[in-house]
Amino acid sequence: MTVTRLVDQDRPALSFTVDGLEIVGKQGDTLLTAMLAGGLTYVRTSEFGDGGRAGFCWMGACQDCWVLVEGSGIRRACTTLAKPGMKVIRR
Amino acid sequence: MKTVVVVGAGPAGIRAVEQLVRSGLRPIWIDEAPDGGGRVTQRPPAGFTRDAAALYGADAGRAKRLHATLDAMKPRTDWRPDTLVWNIRPETRTLQTLTGGSEQGEVSYDALILCTGAVDRVVPFPGWTMPGVTTLGGAQVALKSQGVGIGVSPVLIGSGPLLILTALQYIKAGAKPALVLDTTHFLQKFWETSGLLWNTPTFLRGVMMDFRLRLSGVQYVEDATPIAIEGDSAVTAVRWRDTGWKEHVTPCDAVALGWGLKPESQLADLAGVPFDYDTKQQNWVPRRDSAGRTAVPGLFLAGDGAGIGGAEVAELAGARAALALLADNHLPSDAALTVHLDTRLRTEARFRAALDRAFPYPAKLAAKMADEVSVCRCEVISAGELRAAAAADAPEMNRAKAFSRVGMGRCQGRLCGPPAAEVLADALGVKVDQVGRLRGQPPVKPIPVQ
Repeated sequence: MTVTRLVDQDRPALSFTVDGLEIVGKQGDTLLTAMLAGGLTYVRTSEFGDGGRAGFCWMGACQDCWVLVEGSGIRRACTTLAKPGMKVIRR
Repeated sequence: MKTVVVVGAGPAGIRAVEQLVRSGLRPIWIDEAPDGGGRVTQRPPAGFTRDAAALYGADAGRAKRLHATLDAMKPRTDWRPDTLVWNIRPETRTLQTLTGGSEQGEVSYDALILCTGAVDRVVPFPGWTMPGVTTLGGAQVALKSQGVGIGVSPVLIGSGPLLILTALQYIKAGAKPALVLDTTHFLQKFWETSGLLWNTPTFLRGVMMDFRLRLSGVQYVEDATPIAIEGDSAVTAVRWRDTGWKEHVTPCDAVALGWGLKPESQLADLAGVPFDYDTKQQNWVPRRDSAGRTAVPGLFLAGDGAGIGGAEVAELAGARAALALLADNHLPSDAALTVHLDTRLRTEARFRAALDRAFPYPAKLAAKMADEVSVCRCEVISAGELRAAAAADAPEMNRAKAFSRVGMGRCQGRLCGPPAAEVLADALGVKVDQVGRLRGQPPVKPIPVQ
C-alpha cells in the first residue's frame, strides 16, 4: 500500500498513536488516510487468517477498516477524523 | 402533515428537502456524514483549500449549486448529521438511529423520503482483499476528500464512466495509472452511441474524457480480462489477458476496481418495499413509481438508492419525490416543476438504459471466478464453498448464505451480493434473478452493543 499525499496537503500536522507507535498526520485526515500515508501497511487483521486489510470502499460501506479508538470504541477508520493524541489500536 | 423525515443529504436528499422547505415544512434531515453532500459532490473536511473547479471538474457548477442549497437548508430543517439510520419499523413509522457512533435514538415520521445512495459494484478476483486494493469510488474519495492517491502508479479496472473519470483525475494529480483496464469491448460502447444522445451534453463530455485518456499516454486496454492481483502483503502487479487471450503482467503499487454501482437500498428492504430485478441495470431495485412512491404507506424513494441513475438524475428524482409527497398530502407544491421533472426523468431514463447497455456488469467473469477466490471478503468464503452450498441444495441466496455464510459478515452482503448471485446462478444453471437477493437485516450497518 502506498497511499501518497498528492494535492491539498498544506495543513497543520497532528500526531496520534497506533499500537503505541507515533503517527504524524494532518488536520483533516481520516484515520485511514493518516495511518496509510503515515507508513502503516494495514489497519486491521482479518479474523480468518488471510492477512492484513487496509479498507476497501473508503466510504463507510465495506466495514473493512475497523480500528479500536481508546475512549470511543470500534470506529471505521475511513469515516473518523484523526485527532491529536488519539490512541488507536489495530485488531 | 406532522413529521416529514428525509434520510440522506446527497444530491437527491438536498433537492427533496429544498421542495419540502419551499412548501413551508421543516423536515427532520438525517445524514450519516458530518457535513452531508453525498459522494459525487462530497466536500473535504475543514482545512482543505482546493476550489470547486479543482475538486469537481466539469461538475463544479452543479456541485456549487448543490452545496449552496445544502448550507441554506440546514438551518431551515431539524438537521441531524453524523447519524446512521440502522433500522426502520414501518408498522409504527419509526426509525432507529445512532448518532456520533454511540448515542441511540428513535425518530417517528408521518412521511419519509429515503435517499440512501449507492456503492461500487465489484467482481472479486485473486488478490482483491489485499491492502492497496480499493473500489473505483474509494480511489476517487481518497483523492477528492483527502488529497491522497491510493498509489502513485495504480492499475484501474472496470467499466463505465467512473473508470475513465478516475483515470483522468489521477493523471491530473500526478499519479499516472500504470494501466486502465476496461472489460468492455469498444464496439459495445460504440453501438449504444445513438441512445446516449438522450443526454447529449453528458455524452459529449464522456467522449471528450475518453479522447483525453487515449491521448494521455496511459496504457488503456479494452475487452481485457483481469486474472489476478499479485503481491504478498502489498500489491506489486496485475496479471491480465488481452482481447487476443495473451497474458500480461503490469507492475503497479495499487489497484482500484468497479463496474458501475449498486443501490444502498437496505432501509427500503426493511420497510417492506418489494424489489424487482432490473435486467438492464443488472441490479435488484426497490419498486416505486416514476415519482418515487412505494407500496409502503408514507414512504418515498429517490436517488441511486432507488435504482442507479447518477447524481444528475438524483437531483431531479429527489425534487420529484418531495413534490409527490406534498401533493399526496394536499400541501402546496410546484405543479409546473412537477411536469418539467417528469419530462426530464423520462429522457434521462432512456440515456441511462443506453449507458447500462454500453457498460454491462461482467456477469460471466463473476460467475466463472476460480473456486479459491474469496467471494465474501468479510467472512473469507470462497467461490468453491458457495458452489458446494449450491450442490447441497441451496436454490437461492438466503439459503446459500445460511449454508456457506456468504453475506453474513460485517458488510452484510453489500459487496459480495451481486457476484455471489452470479456464482450461485451459474452453479445451479439458472438465470441470476432466479436465485433472488440477500434479504436486509437490521442493523443495516454494525452498531455497538450496550
